[in-house]
Amino acid sequence: MTKEERLKKRHSAEKRFRFYGLASIFVALLFVLILVQNIFSKGSSAFIKTVIKTEVFYNQELLELKNGASEKDIINADFYEVMIESLIKSFPAKNIDEENELIRLFSADAEYEIKKAFLNNNNLIGEKIILDLTASDDIDQLHKGNYPRDLPEDRRRISNFQLAIYDNFVENGKIGKNFNNYYFTKGDSRDPELAGIGGAIVGSIYSILICLLLAFPVAVLASIYLEEFAPKNKITDFIEININNLAAVPSIVYGLLALQILLATIQLPRSTPLVAGITLALMTLPRIIIPCRASLKAVPPSIREGALAVGASKFQSVFHHVVPLAMPGTLSGTIIGLAQALGETAPLILIGMVAFVVDIPSSPIDPSSSLPVQVYLWSESAERGFVEKTSATIMILLTFLMIMNFLAVYLRQKFEKRWN
Amino acid sequence: MNLVLIFLIIIFSSSLFFYGRSKTKSLAISGNIKLNALPKFYGYYLVLWCSIPALVFLLIWSLFEPVIIKSIIIDTAAKQGAIFNDKNEANLVYEKIKAIHLGTYVGELDSILKESALAYAKFINIFANSKVVLIFGIIIASTLYSLKKIKNNNKARDDVEVILKGLLFVSSLIAILTTLGIILSLLFESIKFFSVINIFDYLFGTNWSPQRAFVRDASSITLAEYQDLKDAFGFVPLIAGTGFIAFLAMLVAVPVGLFSGIYMAEYASLRVRRFSKPVIEILAGIPTVVYGFFAALTVGPFFRQVGENFGLTVSSESALAAGLIMGIMIIPYVSSLSDDVINSVPQSLRDGSYAVGATKSETIKKVVIPAALPGIIGSILLAVSRAIGETMIVVMAAGLAANLTINPLESTTTITTQIVMILVGDQEFDSPKTQSAFALGLTLFIATLILNFIAQRAVKKYREKYD
Repeated sequence: MTKEERLKKRHSAEKRFRFYGLASIFVALLFVLILVQNIFSKGSSAFIKTVIKTEVFYNQELLELKNGASEKDIINADFYEVMIESLIKSFPAKNIDEENELIRLFSADAEYEIKKAFLNNNNLIGEKIILDLTASDDIDQLHKGNYPRDLPEDRRRISNFQLAIYDNFVENGKIGKNFNNYYFTKGDSRDPELAGIGGAIVGSIYSILICLLLAFPVAVLASIYLEEFAPKNKITDFIEININNLAAVPSIVYGLLALQILLATIQLPRSTPLVAGITLALMTLPRIIIPCRASLKAVPPSIREGALAVGASKFQSVFHHVVPLAMPGTLSGTIIGLAQALGETAPLILIGMVAFVVDIPSSPIDPSSSLPVQVYLWSESAERGFVEKTSATIMILLTFLMIMNFLAVYLRQKFEKRWN
Repeated sequence: MNLVLIFLIIIFSSSLFFYGRSKTKSLAISGNIKLNALPKFYGYYLVLWCSIPALVFLLIWSLFEPVIIKSIIIDTAAKQGAIFNDKNEANLVYEKIKAIHLGTYVGELDSILKESALAYAKFINIFANSKVVLIFGIIIASTLYSLKKIKNNNKARDDVEVILKGLLFVSSLIAILTTLGIILSLLFESIKFFSVINIFDYLFGTNWSPQRAFVRDASSITLAEYQDLKDAFGFVPLIAGTGFIAFLAMLVAVPVGLFSGIYMAEYASLRVRRFSKPVIEILAGIPTVVYGFFAALTVGPFFRQVGENFGLTVSSESALAAGLIMGIMIIPYVSSLSDDVINSVPQSLRDGSYAVGATKSETIKKVVIPAALPGIIGSILLAVSRAIGETMIVVMAAGLAANLTINPLESTTTITTQIVMILVGDQEFDSPKTQSAFALGLTLFIATLILNFIAQRAVKKYREKYD
């Protein structure tokens, strides 16, 4: 082999090596794109719901309500008959089976929706009005094109008769699309068209607030002690090793800890944001301490010495000068720790947050779900409608995480002083 | 009740701040003495002395009150003729008594329950009253003590700083308490588990089917039942499945992560680096439940489809899908750590290599990587420990049945999956099945601890070498 040939070979090896590096970065970036694209394309349709424009006749005989009835009377009144009458009239059905199939095209909350429209305007007695009633999950998915309609009838959830009604509705312009308010305001439900993340969001907010209240002060105080006051001895070393190891303990172990100590021993209420918050705080604590200490360490000693030189005590130099300067880094570390806690699922499953909770929690000691747990729960459901709900929940979760991370980066870039 | 007390304590102690400050000011003016500290420190001193003892007492009391009341009530109920066969029955009766007291009880009331509910109300009352009395006593005593100190013109700033330093120290101890809590809670249940199941049967058994131990009380197990149970808790398939999925994950994460780390440290221009580093780190910020969802609903079925086209049977919960996605999740851990490690290799080593005519890639392969090797291995070990502790991806995308296999197209299960499966829903606290989850947790904890310890030592040693 001549010298030139060898050199050529070495240079092409160089190019190959460089290409591998670039290719790996590209692979990683490509995956981020695929993941985000996949989730967004599946999830964005969950913010829209399919409605069926239906003429509702508030028949006085069926309602047994007088004109100008009080709100309480209306709430107690039975709108079931009115609903059945109106739904059946929307399409000619031959027998009771067909009527039932027709009714099943609407969500289970149709009666409530009819009642609500009446509550908003109670001069409707004896009147006819066209309402946007939420369609059932099957129709919703069919209309969004997520449901294959060319399957044989016995493998479809929708019968041929129901398909015929649907086609008729579409032809007559009775099918419409509305903003899916249920998705944001309701709690969990067995029916995908009625399921929402309201409860999960409230549960997540409670948990994260409790986590913040517990973890932030303790983490800041602990890192101030370790960085500024702790004598160099075995106890301090031990605490340090401990914190580093705790930060790497798998999150599910914290779930076991919470199960044994918080639930079995102290007997705090199961499935609640309170327990979730405490568990997440224990887990987040070492993850906040590490960046806190780094930002305290980054403050140059001249600041401390300057304060000490003009007669401040050690405490005054730390609390009046070092801590404020380290605050931006501390806060951004805390926010990133909280963002991790917000997406944490495994420990929450162990403390029973997988319970089926319909109500929106009104306090941290009510049973509740949280956003990531809701993702897990819905992803296990068989109904097709839950796939888009799950993806949409992931979108909301990722949005929260992005906001928190941007805030952390902003805090650091805007307020952190560079010393050099 | 407790909130009101805490509120009162805080209000009272913060009002003492103003008293302490003005008191010492006037003392200084009228007595014409030189104060040992700024007046506000006397205020702080009072606040701390007045609030901390009372709050600590309240905390301890609230932790122990329910336990004590419960044992008293169960005792009184037993004296009145209630018969408890085991702990669960006693707990049930206690819950009933509590429900009667709160007025939410529905069911039959007998005289024992009625009497006990009355006793419960009485004790709750006594405890609440004595709590309030004791707290006020403590506040008065500590306030009087600190007032006396102030009148004697103590060195308030030093005293305040000593107390605060104690607070700082206690905060840093919480990390140790957490570790202790983890170890104790895992050990406690694991010991119970190993008293039923022989530890060697657990470590070397090749069959994992804990559902066979369902609804069985560990304390009253017969020999025949034990023979049956003995091989239900074999750990080998779990560690094999966990190791296998982690191995698949590392097959993805190590090459991709390492090469992108090298590229970013050695080749990338500042602009590329500034853009690509945060984007890759997005992968670490995505919650694992999202990866799990993606693996279970998109990647798993996709592999199955591809397999079908090639005439292979691929399980829709294949180890391959879980391992691949887990590998992608781990890329940023490998890449950013090895990026750091490579960056801290001194420039002089590279310059020496360039000086004898090596190309950039030869320098990296022959000089930089060998120099950075301990750190790189450390970062890979950290990534492995993350892979074996990862829960959501495998819970959602890997199988549930323990299955000894090395075929990536079949489904396997992992330690973390089994912990979740055992503990989701209602558990019976004394069944070996529930306890086995804690034994698994202990095993996982020890395994990750050892990996982390070695990894941190390696990285630290390496850093010291070039510092």
